[in-house]
Amino acid sequence: MTTAAVKATGFSRQRTRAALALTILPLMLLLAVIVAVGTGAVKIAPAQVLSIFLSPLGVAPLSAYDEQQAAVLSAIRLPRVVLGIVVGAGLAMAGAAMQGLFRNPLADPGLLGISSGAGLAAAMSVVLGFNLFGLYSLPAAAFVGSLISTVLIYLLSQRRGRVEVTTMLLAGIAINALCGAGTGLMTFLASDEQLRTITFWNLGSLGGATWPTVMSAAPLILLGVLVLPLTARALNALLLGESGAAHLGIPVQRIKWIIVTLVALSVGAGVAVAGTIGFVGLVVPHLLRLVIGPNHQTLLPASALLGATLLVLADLISRTIAIPAEVPIGIITALLGAPFFLFLLRRERREGVL
Amino acid sequence: MTRWTDEEVLFYAELDRACNLPRDAAPLLRVHDLSYSVTGRKLLRQVSLNLKAGELLVVLGRNGAGKSTLLKHLSGELQGRGVELFGQPLGHHKASETAKRRAVLPQQTALSFAFEVLDIVLLGRIPHGGRETPEDRAIAVKCLERVGLMGYEMRNIQTLSGGEQQRVHLARTLAQLDGAGRDRVLLLDEPTASLDLAHQHSTLRLARELCAEGVGVLAILHDLNLAAQYADRVLVLSDGAVLAHDIPAAALTCQTIHAAYGHEVLVTRHPCLNCPLIVSAS
Repeated sequence: MTTAAVKATGFSRQRTRAALALTILPLMLLLAVIVAVGTGAVKIAPAQVLSIFLSPLGVAPLSAYDEQQAAVLSAIRLPRVVLGIVVGAGLAMAGAAMQGLFRNPLADPGLLGISSGAGLAAAMSVVLGFNLFGLYSLPAAAFVGSLISTVLIYLLSQRRGRVEVTTMLLAGIAINALCGAGTGLMTFLASDEQLRTITFWNLGSLGGATWPTVMSAAPLILLGVLVLPLTARALNALLLGESGAAHLGIPVQRIKWIIVTLVALSVGAGVAVAGTIGFVGLVVPHLLRLVIGPNHQTLLPASALLGATLLVLADLISRTIAIPAEVPIGIITALLGAPFFLFLLRRERREGVL
Repeated sequence: MTRWTDEEVLFYAELDRACNLPRDAAPLLRVHDLSYSVTGRKLLRQVSLNLKAGELLVVLGRNGAGKSTLLKHLSGELQGRGVELFGQPLGHHKASETAKRRAVLPQQTALSFAFEVLDIVLLGRIPHGGRETPEDRAIAVKCLERVGLMGYEMRNIQTLSGGEQQRVHLARTLAQLDGAGRDRVLLLDEPTASLDLAHQHSTLRLARELCAEGVGVLAILHDLNLAAQYADRVLVLSDGAVLAHDIPAAALTCQTIHAAYGHEVLVTRHPCLNCPLIVSAS
C-alpha cells in the first residue's frame, strides 16, 4: 500500500465516525434497554436488571431483587422492549434501504404509503376474518399490503430508470389517501371490538406486546434486518443510477426485488404488531448520514441500532409521560419526527436536492 | 507524436483498412449491421464498427445523430442484435465478468448523497470482489492521481465542481479496469463536456495512456479538433447512419463534416501537430 493510501484511510472522517458510531450505538441501546425495562409501576434498579438478566447463566446477583420484579421484567417489560428493538430496527433499516433504492433522502415507509398499505391489509384481515395462517395471518396480511404499496410506489415514481421525487411523494400521498379511505371503510364495517383493534394500528403502540406477538413478528423483521446489510454494496452502486450499477455488474432487477421484498417484510410485520409508527424510517437514517456519511455498509447497521434505541425510548416516554394512561407511540414519534422532517425540507430545498 | 507526410497518411489509411479484414484478430468490440428504431423513428441505421485493443475511437455527430443510442447498445443498456464484445455476443458473458473488463462513463452522474470521493472511486472495485482490500484502496488513490485529483480522497463529492465530479467518475472507471488483464474496453460519453481546456486535453491524454496499456477506448466527443488530435480513428454518425469510419485525416473532410453537422467548415493542416485542423467557415 502506498503512503498516500495509508493517509487516505487514516483521514476519512466518515469512516472514523462510522467506526465510533458502531461502537457507541450498541452501548446506547443497552443503556436504553436497561432503563426501559426498569421503569414503570414496579421499579427495578439497573443493578437488579442486570442481576435478573444474568441469573439464568448462574451468575451471583449483584443486587438483591424479589420474585415480583423478576416476573414483571420477563413477562411484561421485556417482550415490550424486545418488540420495540425489533420494530425500531426494522423500520429504520427499511427507511435507509428505501432511500438508497430511490436515491432520495425523503423516501420513508410512512410517507410513501407502505405503512398505510400494511395497515389497510391488517384492518381488512381483522374485519373480513382472514385467518389462514393462524398466529401469522395478521403479519402475513400486513406484509402483502406493504408489498403491494412498495411495488406500486416504485413503479409509479420511476420514469426511464429515474426516480422523480415529486411523482414519488405525490404517489405516496395518493396511496396514503387510498389506504386511509380503505381503512375508514373497514372501520365503518367493524364491530366494536374490531374497531378498537383497528384504532390501535392507526396510532401505533407497543402496548400489545406479549412473547407470542414478539415471536410472530420478530423472525420476519429479523430476516430483513439481517439480510438487507448484504445488499449494502449494491445499494451504494445503485446511487450511481440503475444503469451505472448495471455497468458495475450488479444484477439490478434482482437486487431491486430483494430489497423491496425485505423492506415490505420488515415494515409489514412491524405494522402488524405495533401499528403504523411514522418518521423512524425517515429521521434515523438521515440523522446518521449527517454524521457517518451515506455508505450503506455502515449506514444500514447503524440505522438498525439507532432505530431500536429511539423506539425503546419513545415507548418509554409513551408509557410514563401520562401515568396511568399510555400515549400511543405513533404520536410520540410524529411529535419528534415531523418538526425534523420540516427542517430537512428547508435544508434540502436550500441545497437544491428537491 | 509522429509527424506524418500526406503519403504516409494515405499509407496508414490503407494499412488500417487492411487491418479490418476478417483474418485479423477479433476486435474487442464489434458492431455489425445494427439498426434500432423507436416508435417508427430510425435512431440507428445499419451501423457497423469495430474497436481494437489499444485504439482510441472517437464517435462524432450532431445532437440526435444516434451517438448516445449507439453507446447504450455497446454498454448493454439496450439490447440489439449484432453487438459483439470480446468476440462473443454481448449477452454471452456474465454481467459481473463483463464489468471487470468493460467500464462505462456516463455523461452525467448526479449523486444525492454526500459520499467521500474515495468511496465513489472504490465503487469501481465492486466487480473485483465483495470486500474492499487495502489494494483496492491503493488502486483508488492511484486512479485519482491519474485524473489529477490527488488529495481529494476525503472531499465530499457534492462540494466539487461539475468538472471535478466528472473526473472523479473517470477515476472510478479507471479503478474498475485496473488489473483486469489485456482485453479491456472503456466507453466514454462526452468525457470532456464539463471540463476546461487543460483538463479536456489531460483527459484525452489519459485515454491515450490507457490505449498504450492495451485498452480499447471509445469516446463520444463534440470537439472535432480534439478528435482530430487524439483519435486513432473516428466514426461520424449522421441521422443514425455511419458517414465515415476511418483515420481522422481521411474521415474529417469538409464534405463529411458538412454532411454530418450541416455547417460549413474549412479543414487545413494543424500548424504544429500533424493532424487536421477544422475551423468554421461561416
